[in-house]
Amino acid sequence: MLPELTHEEIHRYSRHLLIPDVGLEGQRKLKAASVLIVGTGGLGSPIALYLAAAGVGRIGLVDYDVVDFSNLQRQIVHGESRLGDLKVESARDRLLDLNPEIQVDIYNEFLTSDNAFEIAEPYDIIVDGTDNFPTRYLINDLCVLTGKANVYGSIYRFDGQASVFDARVGPCYRCLFPEPPPPGLVPSCAEGGVLGVLPGTIGSIQATETLKLILGIGEPLIGRLLLYDALDLSFQSVKLHKNPDCKVCGEHPEVTELIDYEDFCGMPARDHEEGSAGAKWDITAVELADRLKAGEKLRLIDVREPHELEISHLEGAELIPLGEFASHLSELDSAEEIVVFCKVGTRSTRALEILASAGFKKVKNLKGGINAWAINVDPSLPIY
Amino acid sequence: MPQLKIPTPLRPYASGESTLTLEGETVAEILEAMVDLHPQLRKHLFSETGQLRPFVNLFLGEENINQLEGLQTPLEEGDTLLIIPSIAGG
Repeated sequence: MLPELTHEEIHRYSRHLLIPDVGLEGQRKLKAASVLIVGTGGLGSPIALYLAAAGVGRIGLVDYDVVDFSNLQRQIVHGESRLGDLKVESARDRLLDLNPEIQVDIYNEFLTSDNAFEIAEPYDIIVDGTDNFPTRYLINDLCVLTGKANVYGSIYRFDGQASVFDARVGPCYRCLFPEPPPPGLVPSCAEGGVLGVLPGTIGSIQATETLKLILGIGEPLIGRLLLYDALDLSFQSVKLHKNPDCKVCGEHPEVTELIDYEDFCGMPARDHEEGSAGAKWDITAVELADRLKAGEKLRLIDVREPHELEISHLEGAELIPLGEFASHLSELDSAEEIVVFCKVGTRSTRALEILASAGFKKVKNLKGGINAWAINVDPSLPIY
Repeated sequence: MPQLKIPTPLRPYASGESTLTLEGETVAEILEAMVDLHPQLRKHLFSETGQLRPFVNLFLGEENINQLEGLQTPLEEGDTLLIIPSIAGG
């Protein structure tokens, strides 16, 4: 039995009720629906706002983070007055301001293999608005194992992808990407950047697909991957096929319960933590400053991109972008002491690995990157 | 000659280029021409044993080459081969 709409709701959703494909019955389906949105960041913001405005009766929000200044360029559910507040609380308050008729559940925690089943249990559909590979594989496997649709979206710089993975009737995320890329190959948005409006486009597509699934109308993106290039302003869709050998949804699945996804991906699930190469290889900004002040001869290698120098730079550092690093090894001398750094220490950890595997022993990674230097040593530098 | 579209995350290893026009009559040949031109792409796209890595998806038109003839899929003048990367930002 679908819930009835109050007069106030009929007024609120009038523009939906006018569409024959939605109508009163469709709006009642939306009111009865429950959707879990994982991540309340770039993608999660428009997804949550549109689903709340559309009258999805129960929305769950999962995020462990707090609102940061650098989020506001794209995470439109949050505002400057909520800096430092829990993202799930900031988002819930905004959604309830937009639509007090709905129920918003918040989970101020990190989605893990231990809590995922319990958190997802009350919801019909899971929407993936996360920012990292381990959580994406976790959401996929969770949806396959529990028989739920996974409304997928992913972004990087000017590129976006969207699909609906529903292993009951089509391929899953692992059918397309059986394994994640090696750590460091695909930078996160925290390292590589993202056009602020891009998650608006892709998140809106995810919200559209979610509403279509609930309403049972149109052709969902099941078995198709939508590719969006904001620079060309082109949309292209390619066909996806179920992989009979898929480890989670194939004919002989090996993954029958949730696994350790950070281990599977070889990378942490929190994308903006300080990049660390491990205690043996790290040097802190304060240590580095002390050693430079003491007159020690250290060769500083900045592995960021050239355009990042305009934002901040360290005196005396040489630029070798990570993408070109391997081909410049001959210019470095393993007898010298080398310190590599980037914005937060993630890319420089990759550079350090290249050096270490080439036999360099006297190399260090500036833990936390030039941002840590700006915080702990030279406050005249901006943090980005 | 067929074209190959390089996805954004791999462009740093291809001198920043987004589209390469390469000589080759099959997918395998065009990939070989690609790594000859940009050797850094090899280790990102191929395993030590020379196999395409599982996170690399190649599409010709709407179809995954695995649904066609795999690396032996023939390419014609004007074809565009698409590398679809795994991205995770949100």
